[in-house]
Amino acid sequence: MKWNFNPRDLLKLRNVRRVAQVFFFALFLFFVFVTDLRYLKGYPVSLFLELDPLVAFATAITTHTVYMGLLWSLLLIIPTLLFGRIFCNWICPYGILHHFTGWLLGKRRAEERERIEANRYKKLYSLKYVILIAMIAAAIGGSLQIGLLDPICLLHRSATTSVLPAVNQAAPGSIYIRQYFHVGGWVIGFILLFLVGMNVVIPRFFCRVLCPLGAFLGTLSVASLWRIDRDPTKCVDCDLCLKSCEGASDPHTQLRKSECFVCFNCVEDCPEDAISFKFLPKLEREITAPVVPARRAFLGTLVGLGFYAFARTSGASDRNYDKKVIRPPGSVEEKDFLDRCIKCDQCIRTCPTNVLQPALMEAGLEGIWTPILNMKLGSCDVNCTLCGQVCPTGAIQRITIEEKTGTGKFAAQGPIKLGTAFYDLGRCLPWSMETPCVVCEEVCPVSPKAIYSREVTITKRDGNPIKLRRPYVDPALCIGCGVCEHECPVTDEAAIRVSAVGETRSKERRLLMDGGVTSSVTELEKRQR
Amino acid sequence: MINMSASNPNPPSVNRREFLVRLGITGALIAGSGLAAKKLWTPNHFVPGFEKEKGLQLKSYAPEISKVMPSLAIAHGAEHEKTIRAAMGLLGGMERFIQRGDVVMIKPNVAFDRPPALAATTHPDALRAVAKLCFEAGASKVIVADNPINSPTGCFFKSGLTAVAAEMNLDLMYPETNSFAPLSLDGEVLKEWTFFNTPFKKANKVIGLAPCKDHNLCHASMTTKNWYGLLGGRRNQFHQHIHSIVSDFALMMKPTLVILDGMNVLMSNGPTGGRLSDVKPMNTIVAGTDMISVDAYGYSHLLERDIAELTYLHKAQERGLGNINWKDTLHKEVTV
Repeated sequence: MKWNFNPRDLLKLRNVRRVAQVFFFALFLFFVFVTDLRYLKGYPVSLFLELDPLVAFATAITTHTVYMGLLWSLLLIIPTLLFGRIFCNWICPYGILHHFTGWLLGKRRAEERERIEANRYKKLYSLKYVILIAMIAAAIGGSLQIGLLDPICLLHRSATTSVLPAVNQAAPGSIYIRQYFHVGGWVIGFILLFLVGMNVVIPRFFCRVLCPLGAFLGTLSVASLWRIDRDPTKCVDCDLCLKSCEGASDPHTQLRKSECFVCFNCVEDCPEDAISFKFLPKLEREITAPVVPARRAFLGTLVGLGFYAFARTSGASDRNYDKKVIRPPGSVEEKDFLDRCIKCDQCIRTCPTNVLQPALMEAGLEGIWTPILNMKLGSCDVNCTLCGQVCPTGAIQRITIEEKTGTGKFAAQGPIKLGTAFYDLGRCLPWSMETPCVVCEEVCPVSPKAIYSREVTITKRDGNPIKLRRPYVDPALCIGCGVCEHECPVTDEAAIRVSAVGETRSKERRLLMDGGVTSSVTELEKRQR
Repeated sequence: MINMSASNPNPPSVNRREFLVRLGITGALIAGSGLAAKKLWTPNHFVPGFEKEKGLQLKSYAPEISKVMPSLAIAHGAEHEKTIRAAMGLLGGMERFIQRGDVVMIKPNVAFDRPPALAATTHPDALRAVAKLCFEAGASKVIVADNPINSPTGCFFKSGLTAVAAEMNLDLMYPETNSFAPLSLDGEVLKEWTFFNTPFKKANKVIGLAPCKDHNLCHASMTTKNWYGLLGGRRNQFHQHIHSIVSDFALMMKPTLVILDGMNVLMSNGPTGGRLSDVKPMNTIVAGTDMISVDAYGYSHLLERDIAELTYLHKAQERGLGNINWKDTLHKEVTV
């Protein structure tokens, strides 16, 4: 095939769209890359999440509020109401990824007929509406699960926990100063590969079949004023409009408005100029609303409510909470946290120490991929509140350093505690192995230190005396930052470990009756050398 | 290729050409696997990791010994730059140590993510002043590097050193995964350890710039303990022999110069500090070529404690790595 360059081709809608796609995908990658203390300069790195109307809608159901920047989602709702699902093929970075990989791996070299067949509407494509219904039902119950499949959450999470670590592994220093590790990142990585790979079987598999945001926008686009329209007087029924149809929206017959991605490929693929983007075309030439059988919608509702009910009554967010569910500083109380966290893992991306990890089953079924602290991989730097700054939904509040450390205006309230450190004396060198250590005391960042030591002289096994300092934890002062656990030389299972009890965000999980602000602090100040 | 059409039920056997080609391919694969096996085969049993790794030896960056110039300078003043300038003036000026074209590595102590006021990290004003003096003396480049305990980016950022590095155009080196190489030392305890090597590939002068701090385990962290930040690996094992290790640092590193920042001293809750009440203004800069003398002055006059208890300095003294009796050295004192 010869490439005949015609400058007017550049202005084809397809090419305009490609420019937009490259721009938004690059913008997304840029935000992902700069979500790092070295490069953050007030960039709105969670902008795509804030633009996401499903995030705003679902959190509004669970919290009855629209948190801060989520108001930006109006910016997407309005054009959807005017033009339909333009987001899916112009802006959505995950849609763009599937569009591109579908083109790269898919049927672009296949015969015209085969491509046309691949882009016909299938009943399977109504599954996304059932998924959306189930997620909304779960949200009405009080469990926010849209993040499992919302494309922006999914792509942020995949980038953070699997793609970036893999890139840095291949090119050390390109992303991190030291290699980051993410527990269970391989699961998230394979889900990404699977969904990308499915484009070979069904083009835009994720977008057409699974995407709850697509379903949400599809529902909104019922009211859109413009849509793709076919002029039946010009149409010769060649079906060529289906050749590159991204949404499988049947432009060759009655357009399925809720399925159309407004990619404009059909307009240019039509040899008869029968297809155009029209203002208020005739209703009888469209299928306005998504086709979802009522009984399946009902089933979706049951699954969603069941998910909420079964997950909650498993107890992981209540009395049977796991000691490993140590939430980032500024996190709201656990049930409110599950109302807000969309598992986008932006907090995990921005964490400068790698301590934040996507939970697997620690926080229960509802809490999968929500952030928890893993002190083996890092510890919470005291003068850092980055996780709350990037959280788009307020699951982690935008606290200040003063609020976190309980200084200045917050002195009366005391510091935010993530949990409490406990010694495992059998593993502690000075307690059980006649060996000096107390690294834990050295690195303890609060003043006065929550870890203190008492000097003892013991007779060693060989008969010689040795002076040792044996460490203790003062639960009134410990903030659960975990640096002691992280720096403990007993590296496989540290001799001091933080567990969730004592966290200030929960009244039920407190440890000390007086909340941990004791008079002993002022006494200690006097006794200091 | 042979035409195996359906019309011929007994296709002729392969011709000579095809026979040779196919035999050749199979033969070459057999020979190739044999050769590869011969090349890769290890006939003897070995245990991975037990091979002796020969680490690098650090060279001495110490200046020539002077009989007339002081080796220790103490300056009292209210402001970092003036006081550091005064201390350096007593030693004979930065020109005595840094010549035109030198690449200087400044080793601050940025172990924790602390704001400057808490005095747990090298003060940005101190770094700015020392870097400025280096450039004035003709340094072509100044490198700043440390391997902190908390996150490296957070520590450099919050201590204010990232900003100074950007402002002064210093080369800030983070401890990246491939920044380290094995080091060999004949120390009391420190023998083979992983070392933050990249700054030393370029630098030909080394200045230690340490805050003066209380330390929970080894009593004080000053210019000798500062070299801890050049090591990697599981440093938390050092605490099992802390005084021996710290004295080994005096053997490991022979710096051009050390500067102890005693403008604001962390008197308690060290080495992390955490409250302003842990900090006491002492308005003093100590500079010198012998870190043991500098630290001896710091311990007795800035932290105001009994030098007898600071075991690592005595160990270094016994091993001839420095002079704990700073009063016996050629020293000068000035108030700005």
